[in-house]
Amino acid sequence: MAQQIVSEILDNRRVGDYHVLSLTAPGVAETVQPGHFITLAMGGEESSMVLRRAFAIHQVTSRGVYGGTLDVAIAIQGRGTKWLSERRRHDTVNLVGPLGRPFTLPKQGVSCVLVGGGYGSAPLFLLAQALRDRGCRVDIVVGASTEDKLFGVLDLKRLASHLTITTDDGSSGVRGRVTDVLDDVMERAGADVVYACGPMPMLAEVARISTKRRVFSQCAVEESMACGIGVCMTCVLPVVGDDGVTRMVRSCVDGPVFRGDRVRWQEINTIPADAFGAPDAEESA
Amino acid sequence: MSRALILGGSRSNPDSNAGADMQVDLAGIPMPSPILTASGCAAAGRELDGFFDITRLGAVVTKSIMLKPRAGRATPRMSETPSGMLNSIGLQGPGIDSFIENDLAWLNQRGARTIISIAGETVDEYSRLASKLRAAGGFEAIEVNISCPNVADRGQVFACRAESAAQVVQAVRRNSDSRVPIFAKLSPDVTDIVEIADSVIKAGATGLSLINTLLGMVIDTSTMRPALAGVTGGLSGPAIRPVAVRCVWQVRQAFPQVPIIGMGGIRSGRDALEFMLAGATAVSVGTAVFNDPKAPARIHDELAQEVKARGFSKVEDLIGYAHRSEDAPIPVAPESSALDEWDFITE
Repeated sequence: MAQQIVSEILDNRRVGDYHVLSLTAPGVAETVQPGHFITLAMGGEESSMVLRRAFAIHQVTSRGVYGGTLDVAIAIQGRGTKWLSERRRHDTVNLVGPLGRPFTLPKQGVSCVLVGGGYGSAPLFLLAQALRDRGCRVDIVVGASTEDKLFGVLDLKRLASHLTITTDDGSSGVRGRVTDVLDDVMERAGADVVYACGPMPMLAEVARISTKRRVFSQCAVEESMACGIGVCMTCVLPVVGDDGVTRMVRSCVDGPVFRGDRVRWQEINTIPADAFGAPDAEESA
Repeated sequence: MSRALILGGSRSNPDSNAGADMQVDLAGIPMPSPILTASGCAAAGRELDGFFDITRLGAVVTKSIMLKPRAGRATPRMSETPSGMLNSIGLQGPGIDSFIENDLAWLNQRGARTIISIAGETVDEYSRLASKLRAAGGFEAIEVNISCPNVADRGQVFACRAESAAQVVQAVRRNSDSRVPIFAKLSPDVTDIVEIADSVIKAGATGLSLINTLLGMVIDTSTMRPALAGVTGGLSGPAIRPVAVRCVWQVRQAFPQVPIIGMGGIRSGRDALEFMLAGATAVSVGTAVFNDPKAPARIHDELAQEVKARGFSKVEDLIGYAHRSEDAPIPVAPESSALDEWDFITE
């Protein structure tokens, strides 16, 4: 169950192009599973920024006197994230979490490939650890446009059986995209499951490659949200249910983790004509 | 009710208020609080119940429900604006039958008071929605959303014309139990909101919900296209509060006996008080919930403090208080009263 707390910032450090905030989260951190996210309110009580921002949970730690704490990675994308990046130790921020449906973990020690785009690799750390704890083989692929936009490569190297890095400009690892190398990585690992987090086009391609190889994929999407708790209906995308019916489902409570083969990636930002409740053809004409 | 009685009542439930009597009578519905959720900002109450006890609210006002399931509009559906947000959700929802079977059943089982918001594309749809609700029962009132700006045809915003607004309200009234209060939710995007209010009151509205969002637009200057897939959207949040307070004020002045649910950018107890002073009997908390899921409960507590700080013992006495005559005495907040003494004792 999600909690709402006033959290104290314990640390704010630069990691490449990103900031990592360590936050006190007693009663929240203890129940976090890989893939969960939190939301933070921006700019204090009288802020003109009325919407919270969502962040994937990167790490969870138990730090003695603080109880549970958690880390989130922040990319400065606008006013809110800029404000957050300027917070200092002992500043407070309103936190709600843990939110969302986490990754599903295999019961047996199977071979897993984890794919992260940009700071989409942030939630893969907890996931990699959990998979290793279950005796899974964990191969990781991370990519970004350039070296500075890679996140946490050194730590991932420690967590992975094998780490592959790609950059669009070739400044680190293989020149190209994660999806250019994914087939080879899956082949070499004998992948049974693929987990991915990153931009939508990357997730779409990861899902396509996985489905083609008949491998189960789980993708954590990054949709624009307003509430993060399931009441506003902002963050919807078309997903096929167990009954074969496509519905516009909420990323925040029905996701952010979805089966790659169930998301209608090419129709994100649309209402597919056969979606549940889609306008009748004659009405929309 | 004497002060002693009020204190006695509140003592048994010390966390529900701060000494002020927060009960209101909204069109004959007794409510323990004037604070309601706002339609479209609380779904059907279930998610928020994880953050605070929704039975403490005056009522849960549910997201506007339509006759048939509806997928809503394409994304992006939201854009943050200065002290507000623009949305074009497009009334996504499961349809009335599923709503009655699942959401309304849950609200009843939970013991929450419920005001059901309904929306239709035709007058006939509103009639059928009202009929289905009459058959189902289990709610306190209907809020008729005739002012959602997120419909494909702007000409279909019933609340923009007195005649069409009245037709819808009349249809809902005819198909509802005569004891069920009907609140017509009006749009501020009209030349004269008092004229629209007049028409829906004459058509049988028990009260008015003021206001729905303002039609707005944001252009993304990086893509150089409209930020929302729906191009235009409804503006909400503190940015629209003065517009909403003005609408409540004008309608209250014209129809002092007609109960008003006020809404538009309420994020604190002070804001709620402002609407009540303007003439609202109850207030809906909407966009603030996205920022603070506990906002309705927090605002209830803050409002109780605001009432007490002004030397009033009952929140009801502040409804429309800003309309009092120029020579009415200014109330003096008690510096040391029985209220303070009682607080001291309990601490």
